[in-house]
Amino acid sequence: MKKRPGLASMTAIYRRELLSYVTTPTAYVFVAVFLFSIGLFTFQVGGFFEARRADLSAFFAFHPWIFMVFLPAVSMRLWAEEARSGAIELLMTLPAPTWALVLGKFLAAWTVAAAALLMTIPLWISVNILGSPDNAAIFTAYIASLLMAGAYLAIGSMMSALTPAQIVAFVLAVLVSFLLTALGLPLVLDFFSGILGGGVSEALARFSIMHHFDAAQRGVVEFRSVFYFVSLIALCLGFNALAVDARRGG
Amino acid sequence: MLLQVDGLRKTFGRRVAVDGIGFSIDVGEIVGFLGPNGAGKTTTMRMIAGYLEPDEGVAKIFNIDVAQERRRAQERVGYLPEGAPLYGEMTPWSFLRFVAETRGMSREGARHAVRRAAQDARLGDSIDRPIDTLSKGYRRRVGFAAALLHDPMLLILDEPTDGLDPNQRHAVRDLIKKLGEERGLIISTHSLEEVEAVCTRAIVIDQGRIVADKTPAALIDEHGTLERAFTALTRGEERT
Repeated sequence: MKKRPGLASMTAIYRRELLSYVTTPTAYVFVAVFLFSIGLFTFQVGGFFEARRADLSAFFAFHPWIFMVFLPAVSMRLWAEEARSGAIELLMTLPAPTWALVLGKFLAAWTVAAAALLMTIPLWISVNILGSPDNAAIFTAYIASLLMAGAYLAIGSMMSALTPAQIVAFVLAVLVSFLLTALGLPLVLDFFSGILGGGVSEALARFSIMHHFDAAQRGVVEFRSVFYFVSLIALCLGFNALAVDARRGG
Repeated sequence: MLLQVDGLRKTFGRRVAVDGIGFSIDVGEIVGFLGPNGAGKTTTMRMIAGYLEPDEGVAKIFNIDVAQERRRAQERVGYLPEGAPLYGEMTPWSFLRFVAETRGMSREGARHAVRRAAQDARLGDSIDRPIDTLSKGYRRRVGFAAALLHDPMLLILDEPTDGLDPNQRHAVRDLIKKLGEERGLIISTHSLEEVEAVCTRAIVIDQGRIVADKTPAALIDEHGTLERAFTALTRGEERT
């Protein structure tokens, strides 16, 4: 009658969470606003046509900034809503490991982000019609973007576990995401360089999401960047699980 | 022994919510938790269900320590939290499938368990309607069905009839009596009438301690009525 309990629980949580995204306006609004924003930034701000290059650099360049705001909106409800409605008591009295609950919810949110990214594929096709882009580089950038989306969602999920108020979870997630993203900006690096010296500023830059996404969006696969995103996801989800488990302490 | 509780203690900051509670339950017993608001009933139930960890003491379900082997213990207990929180956008069928699969049941096993629990909780035609559209009574039945899915020997029901109309309350009481024939049940309630109607034993809790553990008939014999017993044992205090 039973299969591997942790995996079965994770799959059940994943399916329920995904169902709640598609049966409420959240996912649709997110995907629509994401597509509108990315279009606006790519064509109006990024000068996609003016660049006269068959690549998607104008498209990928804005991903960190757009994800930073939109993905916390997707993840803010993951745990905060459970705490507000009291359903967290139901979840935590089921014999499911905490990691299965955390991972199931996270993967559902990541699926929504992946669906949004998939819907930008027509842009990739268009570039192929207009010229001869480096498709391997674009593919790499998509994978990096998906990993980066996972990192922002993991931050959001962790923040959502800290408060029963979705709006507080959203603000905290945007704040932490902004700090981690902005650390890689030359302006911020120069500021820290002036105060703490070049070495510290360079070290700080290595913790920046922007720093690791930069190389990937040019099509360069760096193991350390993949490691960075995977580690960031694992770290945030680990803290997420600890925050959920801490509820048992009262 | 179905449930053995010994010296349970839980504090929230400086407030002592549960202060050394101990009792045991066997099959066929329906135990009513009575006490004023804030007496420690819900906290005790939450510790037995594995939602909260005790600061001291132990709760054992079939001799399995809930704090030490939480998941193994939770496999053997059905729990209906206060207010029966559910996911309103789901139908009872999809909600119960979700609970069954989160419990680790296979798809086929879950389907079978949902059919049986829905029948036991008398969900009828409401099984395919969104939970948000159901009456409070039916939503409570969905919560019951979720607690019954894995056919547990111990059921913990926190205020199962709270907020229900007299007809719904009557139906839920019938269900509790039926379930109690082959299981051990703990129900928390403010309704003294309910304790008299369904419980084989009443545990009165006041300020985190058990102040009486007797049959409802014995309490009535001692104090005249259950209401008088409640007032005398809980000192008629109102807490914040």
